[in-house]
Order: sequence, then C-alpha cells, then structure tokens
Amino acid sequence: MSHWIERLGEHFRSAGVIGHAALVVLAILVLATAVSFILRGRIPEKAAHEFWARTRAWWVMATVFFGAILSNEFVALALFAFVSFWALKEYVTLLHTRAADHRALLWAFLSIPVQYLWIAQDWYQMFLVFIPVWMFLWLPLRLVLARETTGFVASASQIQWGLMAFVFGLSHLAWIAQLTPDRANGIDGRGLLLFLVFTVEMSDVLQFCFGKLFGRHKILPGISPNKTWEGFVLGVVAAALLALVLRSLTPFSVMETIGVALVANVAGFAGGAVMSAVKRDFGVKDFGTLLPGHGGMIDRVDSLCYAAPAFYHIVRFYWL
Amino acid sequence: MRRLAQILFFAAFVRPFLRLFVGMRVKGREHLPASGAFVLIANHSSHLDTVALMSLFPLRDLWRIRPCAASDYFERNKIIKFLSHTFIGILPIDRKHIRRDNHPLKVMGEAMSAGSCLILFPEGTRGEGEEVHDFKPGIAHLIESYPSLTVVPIHLRNFGRALPKGEFVPLPFFCEVRIGPPPQLVGTREEVLATLKASIVDLGDDN
Repeated sequence: MSHWIERLGEHFRSAGVIGHAALVVLAILVLATAVSFILRGRIPEKAAHEFWARTRAWWVMATVFFGAILSNEFVALALFAFVSFWALKEYVTLLHTRAADHRALLWAFLSIPVQYLWIAQDWYQMFLVFIPVWMFLWLPLRLVLARETTGFVASASQIQWGLMAFVFGLSHLAWIAQLTPDRANGIDGRGLLLFLVFTVEMSDVLQFCFGKLFGRHKILPGISPNKTWEGFVLGVVAAALLALVLRSLTPFSVMETIGVALVANVAGFAGGAVMSAVKRDFGVKDFGTLLPGHGGMIDRVDSLCYAAPAFYHIVRFYWL
Repeated sequence: MRRLAQILFFAAFVRPFLRLFVGMRVKGREHLPASGAFVLIANHSSHLDTVALMSLFPLRDLWRIRPCAASDYFERNKIIKFLSHTFIGILPIDRKHIRRDNHPLKVMGEAMSAGSCLILFPEGTRGEGEEVHDFKPGIAHLIESYPSLTVVPIHLRNFGRALPKGEFVPLPFFCEVRIGPPPQLVGTREEVLATLKASIVDLGDDN
C-alpha cells in the first residue's frame, strides 16, 4: 500500500511544491463529490445532505487555503491572523466573562496582530515568548487594575488559555508557512505547512469516516460521543500512510514521514478532544455557524491548535 | 443630504462592522412588519443596540427608522447633537422638562403620522449585564393612544458584553438579534407592561 502511494508521489514530484499538493487535494475533493452524488438516494436523505454540506465546505476551505498560500506571504499571514481572531472570538463569546474583564479581553485581541507581526518580521525569539511570557504576565495585572477580585483566577486562566490555543498555537501555521529554503535548511515552509494540514485534516476526516463505519468502542465516553477506538486507530494510521503522497514536500525519509505524521495526527486528536471538553463545559454542540456541516471555526481548527506546535517543534529539533 | 450621509455611514461603516467584527446573527426576521406603523422595543445595554436594530432594515428605509433618544443625553452638546441627528436620525425625547408642546406622546405620534417607525428601549436607559430591567410606563401610554400600533419585541444578546456602559472600545463578541412575534396586548397598563417585558425576556431563553 505505502509503496503504491509512494509511486504516486514520485509521479507528481515534477509538478512543483504547491501544484503537487493542490492536485492531490483536488483529486480527493472530486472523489468526495462523486461519492456524495452516488450516495444520494442510497442512504437517508439527512445523512446524504450532511455529507454534501461537508464536502462543499471542504471545497471552500481548500480554495481559500490554497489561494492564500499561492498569492503571497502577507495574504497567508492575514488569513491565519483572521483564523486566530475568529477562533478567539468564538471562544470568548462562550466564556462567562465579567464586566471587569473588558480591558483584559481587549488586550487579548490586540495580541493577535502583534503576534503575527513578529512572524512577518521573522523574529523567532519574540514569536515564542510574546504570548507565554509577556501576555501571560500582563493580562493578570490588567485584571488587577480593574479592581475586581471575585472570579479573578478563573478569568485570568480562561483568557490565557484561549490565547495559548488560538493565538500561540495556531500562529505556528503562519510561522511554518514563512520558512524559506535559504533560512530553513533547504525546506520550503509552504510545502511543510501543506503536508501538516493535509495529514491532520485527513486524519480528522478518516477518523470520522472509520468511526461511522467500524466504530464500536467509545474512546472518550462523556466527552466526545463520536470518537471511537476503531476510528482513532484506523484514521490516524491511514492518514499517516496517505501523507506519503506529499513526502516530496518535506525533508523526511519514508519512515520519518509516517512517524512525524503519526505524531501530528495524534496531537490533532488530542486537540479535538480538548476542544470537545470545552464545548461540554459550556453546554454547546458547536462553537459557531461559520461552516455548514462543520460548525464554527474552532470546530475545524481544533486539531491544528495542538498539531501545529507539536509538529513544528519536532521538525525544528531534528531537521532545522 | 442627511439621508445620504446616513446611508453612507451604514453602508460603509456600520454594516461591515456588525458583519465582520461583531458577527451579528439575526433570528426571526420574518416577524419584522413589511409596512405600516410599528414600534420596535428591545432590552438596552449598549450603544451598539440602536445601530444593530437599524441595520435590520434596507438602506432606503433607514430614514423612516427613528430611535427615541433622551435629549438631555444625545443633545448634550453641539457635536453629539449633530452626530446623533445626522447619522442616526434620533427622535429627541425631553425627559426633564415635559410640556404640552414637547410631550413624548405628541412627539412620537407626529413622527409616526409622518411615516416613521420608532425604536424604543422601554427600560429607559442602558442596564448592566444581560438582565432585562422593569419597563417604564411610557410604552403602555403610547399603546393606549394608538391601539392599532404593532409592537415588535426584540431581544438583544451579548451587545452589553461587546460594548458595555462606560467602555468605548467594542469587543468582538458574537451578538444576536432575536425578533419575536408582536404579542397580544390586553388588560391594565401594568399587565401590558408585564406582557411586553415577558415577550422580550422569553426570547432570551433557551441557552
């Protein structure tokens, strides 16, 4: 199986970094669209409709994503900053914020353009410490200045955690995207980003599909009713093998590709599980209504909040 | 000229702001009357409330929508008076020195006979948090004077978190406008007020 996929990868290798990935994604989307037409009338109407809604949303997301990556680095940066903004917006809307949190929340939102500015300036040190050092030191102080101690710890930790996941975590996507071969040991960051997003999102989709088809044993009962052991194992492994078609975008050997993709996919699963627990805590089913069939922005990028930092720091440690 | 300024203000600033920054959602749009005289009543906790309600209408109808506003606040100096009249088109209500010629009922009645529809915040002022406070009796007087008036209850959710009293920089909380069906109004003044308040409070329920 992996040999055959590897051959397919060789075939695409000449098409250029992004063209290659775009073709693979295009093929999968065409396949999913064909399947959704075949399913129509064969499975219950509601399920068929949901399948099509999700497929259509993937067309939109893939188009926006590739469009941003292809255009130029500032468009890509703006897209990722917008994703952080929208995710943080969905998150704080669900929080039980106090009136005294207003100014601290304003600083939290203002940290988004600043964090992405460090990335635009290619300032790695500041990109790493801005949120977990400077913002984390400043936010509790700003809450203190609001002179309301009831609920202080809860507010401080909720806001900090939102910044960690949706600004710090997700901004790793933008950091990866702006790596260039001359500065990153011959690696084109856009290719690396496509590889990461491809394997993590495929893992999400395949976990869902395998879970529907073969799922028997719940992996996180009480937190995420749709996640099963069968879906998890099959989805994570299948997506890691499928990632081999994009190996040419990376500096990895075959075994390294599978290993790194496995780590990213498991981290992605962890991100999804954590965000499920957040939804449970707030008593909602979805974070929003941005994408039909997918829910809100966080419902789509939850796995990347974990996978992006985990993937990047492993790659940096061993390859950069 | 004023109408053009207002249309530009809403098209270029208010609508993109509500759409992209606030991410405003509207539920129950079908309850908005297409024509005739009506009054929108809503809970009030933010300066965003008025523009959010006005943005429910097409730009060409904006001039007809008159938010009733306390003249001691919205006409407190020349700049604020100019801005509130030019961009919002407030219907100034004097709540300090009520005389026969500036009586709120008279002012509102004249505006409605001129084809306007009113926005009224029956709590009288912006409240703290998401709680709906007791209504002032003015709306009940208005209904007594105009029994055929359609009153549309609206619940504004999260606007008070986005821009609370005393703050001037709005935060991008998702906000929701929930429009309900006009309630049947019978009984005494107190009963009418209770019915109206309940219709707004009920719209806020469910999560």
